[in-house]
Amino acid sequence: MSTDTLTRPAPTTDTDLRARRLPRYAVPALALAALAVAVAVVRPGDNGGLVLAGAFAGLLHLAGLFAAATAVEGRRRATDRTFSALIHSAFLLAVLPLLSVVWTLVQKGSARLDANFFGTSMNNIGPRDAIGGAYHAIVGTLMQVGVATLITVPLGIAAAIYIVEYGRGRLAATIRFFVDVMTGIPSIVAGLFVLAFWVLVVSPVFNDGRPGFSGFAAALALSVLMLPTIVRSTEEMLRLVPAPLREGAYALGVPKWKTILQVVLPTAAPGIVTGVMLSVARAAGETAPVLLVAGGGAAINFNPFQESQSSLALFVYQQAGDASRYAPDRAWTAALTLVALVLLLTVTAKLLARRNPLSR
Amino acid sequence: MGDPQSPVAGTDGSGPTTGQDRTAGASARTATVTTDSRPPDEHGLGGGGALPRRRAFGAERAFQGLTLTAGLTVLAIIVAIAGFLIAKAVPALGANTANFFTFNGWFPNDAQPRFGIGALAFGTVLSSALALLLAVPVSLGIALYLSHYAPRRLGNALGFLIDLLAAVPSVVFGLWGRDILSGPVRDFSGWLHAHVGWLPFFAGDGPYGSSMLLAALVLAIMVLPIITSLSREVFRQTPQANQEAALALGATKWEMIRTTVLPYGKPGVIAAVMLGLGRALGETIALAMTLGITFTISADLITNGGNTIAANIANAFGEANDVGRGALIASGLVLFAITLLVNIAARAIIHRRREFRETAA
Repeated sequence: MSTDTLTRPAPTTDTDLRARRLPRYAVPALALAALAVAVAVVRPGDNGGLVLAGAFAGLLHLAGLFAAATAVEGRRRATDRTFSALIHSAFLLAVLPLLSVVWTLVQKGSARLDANFFGTSMNNIGPRDAIGGAYHAIVGTLMQVGVATLITVPLGIAAAIYIVEYGRGRLAATIRFFVDVMTGIPSIVAGLFVLAFWVLVVSPVFNDGRPGFSGFAAALALSVLMLPTIVRSTEEMLRLVPAPLREGAYALGVPKWKTILQVVLPTAAPGIVTGVMLSVARAAGETAPVLLVAGGGAAINFNPFQESQSSLALFVYQQAGDASRYAPDRAWTAALTLVALVLLLTVTAKLLARRNPLSR
Repeated sequence: MGDPQSPVAGTDGSGPTTGQDRTAGASARTATVTTDSRPPDEHGLGGGGALPRRRAFGAERAFQGLTLTAGLTVLAIIVAIAGFLIAKAVPALGANTANFFTFNGWFPNDAQPRFGIGALAFGTVLSSALALLLAVPVSLGIALYLSHYAPRRLGNALGFLIDLLAAVPSVVFGLWGRDILSGPVRDFSGWLHAHVGWLPFFAGDGPYGSSMLLAALVLAIMVLPIITSLSREVFRQTPQANQEAALALGATKWEMIRTTVLPYGKPGVIAAVMLGLGRALGETIALAMTLGITFTISADLITNGGNTIAANIANAFGEANDVGRGALIASGLVLFAITLLVNIAARAIIHRRREFRETAA
């Protein structure tokens, strides 16, 4: 159905060898006209009206372009122009929110970018206090993500080694499939699982029967989310290690386990590190599981196994829901800190990936 | 593919995985086969006699056992997730005095617990569907722009930026949606109601702002990078010969894209959309911050209200008692089941796609 357009005879307007084209000034002129009409119709007074006028102007411009191009250049070129314009505007449409997010983060987030914010917790801070900061949340994020990384990295790499090097048949296929399934688990479900498993069932045993909301529980939930990503990325990297490297080691009489540990893993290491960093970045930004199992205390707590902890993402959520007039500033500054942390990890990971000789 | 050993590697991967092994993986399997076919050394063939004997206990076995344990842990976690969620949900469901599937409301902490998933499931599906409706055309446009319209270097740089957008935590989008986007959305809702208010979607007469529309917009911005980066990958893999053939037949650029790039990328795009859907269904915090929580089933998109399973868990968790937690876990179980189905469907499509690519190559 799609190929017959090519065999269809060209429209009559194209019979001229040099088909007529729209003049160069036509596109900007049309855009200006569309903008003028849109402003006249919508009459933007405030911020929202401006956006509306812009959207309306865009639609008008597209319609005008299509009409003009059809009249001068013919149907096919008009369609081509319209879709080209649509594709470009789709890109603009996506860049706008990104710019808005970045701009708001920097503008609103810089309000509390001071020593007090990074040096104090929210302990004993009342709704009328302008001070108070995210020190406890930063400590919480680092500890939870750190513990989760300690749990996941050995487990994930070992599982990937099994899948790539040892596993075969039905069992390896099943494990692969369930790693894929695990990738899609919503973070809130991971949180509910740790709530049902650790907080309400296992931890009361050590905790005099009280549910143990703690940083460790949050780390467990983050591990459930990090594990599949680490297994997948390690698996990809191990498969990219050239077979001659392995065969060379075998030929020298090196046993398989030593080959894996001393030849295969070091070769794949940069890629594995990239995968780990990306999953750490993702885990650091998770709010929902931490909200369910960490307790979200306002005090500084260096012990992930006892008492509640907060995290940066949870801190943003808590402050966003707080009625104090100083809370929004804290929320935005914490959001800026969180984004800076996450993007730092992500960008480093991606730059590492670019220098990786094994990349595809 | 071009690997002469691939039939050997193919024999041990049973069923659906066969198509997933790529060349490197296939040769890794080959290496496994080589070492494991060692038993002939009893027959004194070649220099095999000098090789160490396979021991019943030793570093090799220990290491293999270790990795096997790690692999089995993944299975154990999945089983544990399903098991513990069911174990905690069943008592609460038993205590429920209303119908879990049809009741619209969430009062699990009362002496007579009443709660139902109907409105929540509706909100979850509606917000995700709306978000996809908004995000899919835009992300396909961006993907095409990055793969076929932008200059190569610019396309790579912008693709990198889009990937960064995927890394921004959802709580930040939630905060941005609530503090910044809700203003324009409120105005737009008013405009919609004034001009196309006869449509049931825009029939509500305020207050506007924290509505399904805002939530869907925020969600759309969040799934956009996922769909974009996957689609861009498939679009870039379109065979150059097909594209050049289309252009040589006189096709315009859009006709070339419509006849070669889009059909080639279709399965990949479908899979990308499904993955985006999986993300949208499970999104919690951004929706908890942008929706004005109500338990109603209505087509009205612009009036404050709406709720989803995940957002309800985040909002209702604070004051939940024992039955309340069980009820939330039960709703989480439903969410888990829905996302599981969506993800399995997506993986199945990607799977078919890989096989297709390998046989075609």
